[in-house]
Amino acid sequence: MQQFLNVTLTGLTQGMIYAAFALALVLIWRSTRIVNFAQGSMAAATAFIALALIQAGWSYWVALVVALASGFLLGAVIERVIIRPVEGGPELNAVIVTLGLFVAIQALIAIVFGSSFQSFPTPFGVRGFTVGDTTIPVTPTSLYVIGSVLITMGLLVALFRFTRVGLAMRASAFGQEVARLLGVKVGRMLTLGWGLAAVVGSLSGLLIAGGGFVFPAYMDSLIVFGFVAAVLGGLDSPIGAVVGGLILGLALNYVSGYVPRGSALVNITALAILIVVLLVRPGGLFSSATARRA
Amino acid sequence: MSEPQNTSASTPAPAGTAAGPSSGKATEEAPARATAAANPPPAAGGGRTFLPQSTLLRHLLVLLVCAVGAMILLEITDPFTNSQLASLTYYAIAAGGLTVLTGLNGQISLGHGALMAVGAYTVALFLSADEPIALPLILLAGVVTATIVGALVGVAAARLHGPYLAGATLALAVGLPGIAIYFHDIFGGEQGMRVRAPRPPEVFDSFIGFVSGNSATGTKWLAYLGTICLLITYFLLANLVRSRIGRTWRAVRDQEVAAELAGINLGAWRVLAFVVSAAAAGLAGGVLALVVRLAAPSGFTIVLSLSLLTAIVLGGLGSLLGALLGSALLVFLPPFVTDLGADFGLNNTEAAQLAPFVYGVVLVVAMIFAPAGFVGTVRMRWLTYRAKQRTAASRAASGG
Amino acid sequence: MPEAHGSTAASAGTATVAGTSLLDVQGLTSSYGPVRALDGVTLSAQAGRITAVLGANGAGKTTLLRTISGLVRPDAGKVVLDGEDITKAPVEAMVGKGMAHVPEGRGVIAELTVDENLRVGSLFRGKVPQSEFDRVYDLFPRIAERRDNHAHTLSGGERQMLVIGRALLAQPRILLLDEPSLGLAPRIVAQIFGLLRQLVDAEGLSVLLVEQNARSALSVADVGVVLNLGKVVVTDDARTLMADEGLRHAYLGF
Repeated sequence: MQQFLNVTLTGLTQGMIYAAFALALVLIWRSTRIVNFAQGSMAAATAFIALALIQAGWSYWVALVVALASGFLLGAVIERVIIRPVEGGPELNAVIVTLGLFVAIQALIAIVFGSSFQSFPTPFGVRGFTVGDTTIPVTPTSLYVIGSVLITMGLLVALFRFTRVGLAMRASAFGQEVARLLGVKVGRMLTLGWGLAAVVGSLSGLLIAGGGFVFPAYMDSLIVFGFVAAVLGGLDSPIGAVVGGLILGLALNYVSGYVPRGSALVNITALAILIVVLLVRPGGLFSSATARRA
Repeated sequence: MSEPQNTSASTPAPAGTAAGPSSGKATEEAPARATAAANPPPAAGGGRTFLPQSTLLRHLLVLLVCAVGAMILLEITDPFTNSQLASLTYYAIAAGGLTVLTGLNGQISLGHGALMAVGAYTVALFLSADEPIALPLILLAGVVTATIVGALVGVAAARLHGPYLAGATLALAVGLPGIAIYFHDIFGGEQGMRVRAPRPPEVFDSFIGFVSGNSATGTKWLAYLGTICLLITYFLLANLVRSRIGRTWRAVRDQEVAAELAGINLGAWRVLAFVVSAAAAGLAGGVLALVVRLAAPSGFTIVLSLSLLTAIVLGGLGSLLGALLGSALLVFLPPFVTDLGADFGLNNTEAAQLAPFVYGVVLVVAMIFAPAGFVGTVRMRWLTYRAKQRTAASRAASGG
Repeated sequence: MPEAHGSTAASAGTATVAGTSLLDVQGLTSSYGPVRALDGVTLSAQAGRITAVLGANGAGKTTLLRTISGLVRPDAGKVVLDGEDITKAPVEAMVGKGMAHVPEGRGVIAELTVDENLRVGSLFRGKVPQSEFDRVYDLFPRIAERRDNHAHTLSGGERQMLVIGRALLAQPRILLLDEPSLGLAPRIVAQIFGLLRQLVDAEGLSVLLVEQNARSALSVADVGVVLNLGKVVVTDDARTLMADEGLRHAYLGF
């Protein structure tokens, strides 16, 4: 029972991170019909910037803010300079461009920050709280992870629902031409969307790194998990991405927690889930019969 | 218009291709669009007036010329270059298969590194037997296993496109090495499996002695072996590309709806494309295992798949010659940029990352500025130039 | 012969329908890829009038509107709005200059609610008083009932009302409408055209309308322009066009 709780809570915590990453992919997919395969590398780059600051003696929180801000800048610049020319073109071209960015940024990280494993701090402890004389498997770090992802999601919902910029961004995403005719500066909204998505991706990169190790390719698995979670939820739906992330987090943790040496099977499990979803419900788990086939 | 045909699109279909029975479904040659996946496929040599009219004969002739050329190249270069050329062969075999899939059929795959791993591990397993069977059979086994895995992937992939396919094959590339780690008793876990490179047969000794008098080293033997595999693969692929099958693939890529209306089973043709390219990847993996003498998860990372993608994008998707040139870049660029990096004060591990950095930049730049790839762009320039020359000539003729 | 007809009738047209010209299109030529869709189109839309551009499918009507609002860049020619050359102005700037374009196929943003669709239409103006939204809802009670529904749940007629209402929130001087009657029941078409007439007469709005449904369009328009294969065939008073049986048979299909 104790182990089940443990595994479930770890699964939910990691699921939140996958959810955040999937959300970043969905934000970009909705607005530009591009799956940003460079998202992982971009997030890794910001995590290394944060680590450099922490190693230089700055506090975790300063490093976090700088990392998120640099994520925004990176996302916005990449959209404006590199993605804009291939937007709306053949989909294969856009896919290849983001894959190119994926390798290029990853290699650049290795050149600038080195390719060795480096430990990444977490601002809170990883020991479970004690109630009476039993230790419950809820740790301050897991609360921090879940809390920060929830806050980020809340802010995004507020932005999109209740602000004029959010409305302009949604209009640009769903009806580019109509939005332009209505005077919305669609290009600027897409740049902003990529920037915001990169912030969310960067956050998930920092959260998954916390208390563990980072190296240039440490986000490779997360890009797969994020993609699987996003596809689970339908790739178009932010809520679907969150639910997909949680489901995937639980599934992967049950595999690594209960199957002997299951941690080696985590990636292949994600692959299996992806294949099943794509074959059985290509529109995602929550699509109706009239699912849009993107 | 008195000149014979020199464009690839209008050559008659070969009567019998080396690539199995054709299905009997005729399709029109699909017009190429200006997308990444739309180059007219040049066969290895292209049709010139002095070559025979039959595609098969012409390809045989090109094959012969290439074989002689490769032999001369291998004999006049030093052992280090020999080993580089051996590496070139496995990259080129895999890239050749991938360019058929991506360029001709419009499907992207980031899973070809994983399919190479399947071939490599198969070869390593067969060679680890106490009394290994003959090497060609072992390589064939690698091809067969990769083909089976490729068929499974292909069935799943046939319904996907663009980003979905890229994501699914990416998951394959990241996920498959986990199997090698999980079954570490068989596959050696993270360390992988050492591969005992087979000794060159005696006939090779006497052959090299007869041709050049060089010493017939193990490295040279592997380079020859890779070259033979490469030539066979490209010969088969070139014929396939020009056959009815190749034309159907292009139709499936360019005219999805029209092809479906014409009774073409899109899914089946996509699976076939995947199977063919998986077979090439399996062979490439087998050769890699022999050349590198190791089959380990670290050899088949996502960067390998992306390198292959760089090679075919650079060469212009769909072009075998382009895939070969792109693969040459994968072999000869890293030492060059690594030296360059060292000159600029980077240490070894940092400098080693310059090559993947360049691959990434090349992918981005090529897609933004030259979606037809460099070979494709040069080809297009050449064809435009020819067309202009001709109009100028005909104008001069009619004017005078 | 269309060519001969065009040259004489165009000049005759300008004489008949004098007024203050609000939107001037001069020698506009544009292509879709290798296909030339507009071939030297010259026309003008007068202030406080409804100008209907008519013609068969493929005559270049939609391309005309798309070129005017900058979605398609012309190969040659000029677009002048109230004396200002807007040929090269960005699409996003057009609505700020007083020109609202309602594209073909309704142009609702299906994923947004009715209310959000309206709000997008006023975004470029900054904060807009609620009374303006209420006015649109008063004009179209049917969409007022659905204001919190997603736009993809609306019927064709409701969508057309929504996009016209949304365009009105931009407070345009001229409204460009692309096939507003397409796929709508005659009763709804009459209702929408009646409302347009009312807005033009009561509030001085100007409308440039392209329509395949020539009969309905001419019944509401002041001026008709007939387009064929990318060229203006004739420009004249709507009533005169209506009376010209030969022309109607040749180009307007009724």
